[in-house]
Amino acid sequence: MAPIRARLAARPRWLSSLYAGNARAVIGRGFKVIRNANWGIIATGFFEPVFYLLAMGVGMGALVGTVPGPDGAPISYAMYIAPALLATSAMNGAIYDSVNNVFFKLRYSKVYEGMLQTALGPMDVAIGEIFMALFRGLLYAVGFLGVLAIMGLVTTWWALAMIPVALLIALGFASLGMAVTSYIKGFQQLDLVPMVLLPMFLFSSTLYPITVFPEAIQWIIKALPLWHGIELMRQLSVGFFTSGTLVHAAYFVVMSVVGIAAASLRLRVLFLR
Amino acid sequence: MAVIEASDLTKTYGDFTAVDGISFEVAPGESFGLLGPNGAGKSTTMRMIGGTSLRTSGSLRVLGLDPEENGPLVRASLGVVPQQDSLDEELRARDNLIVYGRYFGLPKAYLTKKADELLEFAQLTDKAKEKVSALSGGMKRRLTIARGLVNEPRILLLDEPTTGLDPQARHILWDRLFRLKEQGVTLVVTTHFMDEAEQLCDRLIVIDHGTIVAEGSPQSLIRDYSTREVVEVRFGSTRNAAMEGPMRELADRIEVLPDRILLYAHDGEALLDEINRRGHTPLTSLVRRSSLEDVFLRLTGRTLID
Repeated sequence: MAPIRARLAARPRWLSSLYAGNARAVIGRGFKVIRNANWGIIATGFFEPVFYLLAMGVGMGALVGTVPGPDGAPISYAMYIAPALLATSAMNGAIYDSVNNVFFKLRYSKVYEGMLQTALGPMDVAIGEIFMALFRGLLYAVGFLGVLAIMGLVTTWWALAMIPVALLIALGFASLGMAVTSYIKGFQQLDLVPMVLLPMFLFSSTLYPITVFPEAIQWIIKALPLWHGIELMRQLSVGFFTSGTLVHAAYFVVMSVVGIAAASLRLRVLFLR
Repeated sequence: MAVIEASDLTKTYGDFTAVDGISFEVAPGESFGLLGPNGAGKSTTMRMIGGTSLRTSGSLRVLGLDPEENGPLVRASLGVVPQQDSLDEELRARDNLIVYGRYFGLPKAYLTKKADELLEFAQLTDKAKEKVSALSGGMKRRLTIARGLVNEPRILLLDEPTTGLDPQARHILWDRLFRLKEQGVTLVVTTHFMDEAEQLCDRLIVIDHGTIVAEGSPQSLIRDYSTREVVEVRFGSTRNAAMEGPMRELADRIEVLPDRILLYAHDGEALLDEINRRGHTPLTSLVRRSSLEDVFLRLTGRTLID
């Protein structure tokens, strides 16, 4: 223990209460749990966007036919909604992990209580947990892109960039989600989460362009994160970029930075009582 | 130098004051007890020592450091055995020890050896690959205690260590704790079991409603707050209250409990003879040495287990 104590004693003062530089121990635990876990449960996150793609893209797509893509060229309806479904599943997965899962582990399973009895700080736990959320997001994104490739919906190498973008979207939502969790008092409040996510999913140009709405409503949608994620994914899926592309990406970079800062400030409230 | 120094330590949750300005010191190698009923503020005090509960006011030093400012560094030297087992239900028994050791930054090679040693210590070697949910309550308790030793702590915080254990398991655990003490580990124990406090603690504080009501060694507390012996007499539920008057004439101090009356005396046998001589023959009687239970009753007017 002596070298470990020396290393901890050398930490700068502002970090010494929060961070032991040992998030990898939390990540190590995460992988051990995945190895022990029931793969059926992990796979559920993969199937959700696939089912939507089959039902809406292939099923309803038969009625819709082709639609104009980001560059104006006609694409199949399945190809139109696939990138949006990937962005939405990145959002849902990240929020589920950082809000519902974190809340449950804090209050009921006592996993974090055990971790915080050790030389870990709250920031080690938060970083480790967000990393694991991103890892699951990575698995789902790779799986979904594989399904798209098999269905012949991938037409450009740019589509590979949808994987890191899915992680960026997940990081933005997960870090902000963790900050939000620090305000949650009970299970009833968790029911509010779908009230925010579901309308964002339905109205953020996921299934049809937002030009159907009056301009004022469009501005509200454009202020919310999911629309930026979907537009970015959609442009990557066909390899067509505009001046807006960077704005969409920058939106999530800023959201992640703000989210990480907010989560860091709320770590004491979240983990120490 | 004291390994734990608490001064005016206070913790409030809204209007509720869980710990109300307590001060104490724990010397290195000492076995220190916090005795009190449920809700007295013992567990909150333990969490503040580990830096996982933030104090409202007062000062606290653990190994010379403020646990709020240096949580990870302070906890690197602490072993924590919480009141409610916080084992990782998603991992197997042996992995619980190894993963927990990783949280301290300990190397894997050290931990594979240490985990086997600790499983042996906790008599769980044959349960190494078992899921935590498949272990009995006593096994989980032993695993939690073994886990608290993985970093070879200088201070071991034990919150109600033997609650839920059968008598044999308690004695085994007490024996293990004695050995740790012999190795120089400082023990801080909360308990509402008097026999446990008497067995384990060199010195203790009695806490009630978040404040310290007495402090000293078990023997000195008994000497100061009780008599040498106690006579317990039972007259049955119908006569219990009616016998209060006659009993009061026989001893300086008595306690009337719902099911029995306690009479405090230097010589218990002589007092019991006197009770019988006066014709107040009880249904059952018992003469015993005073315990910390009697001290607590004297100080608070209540029994410890309600």
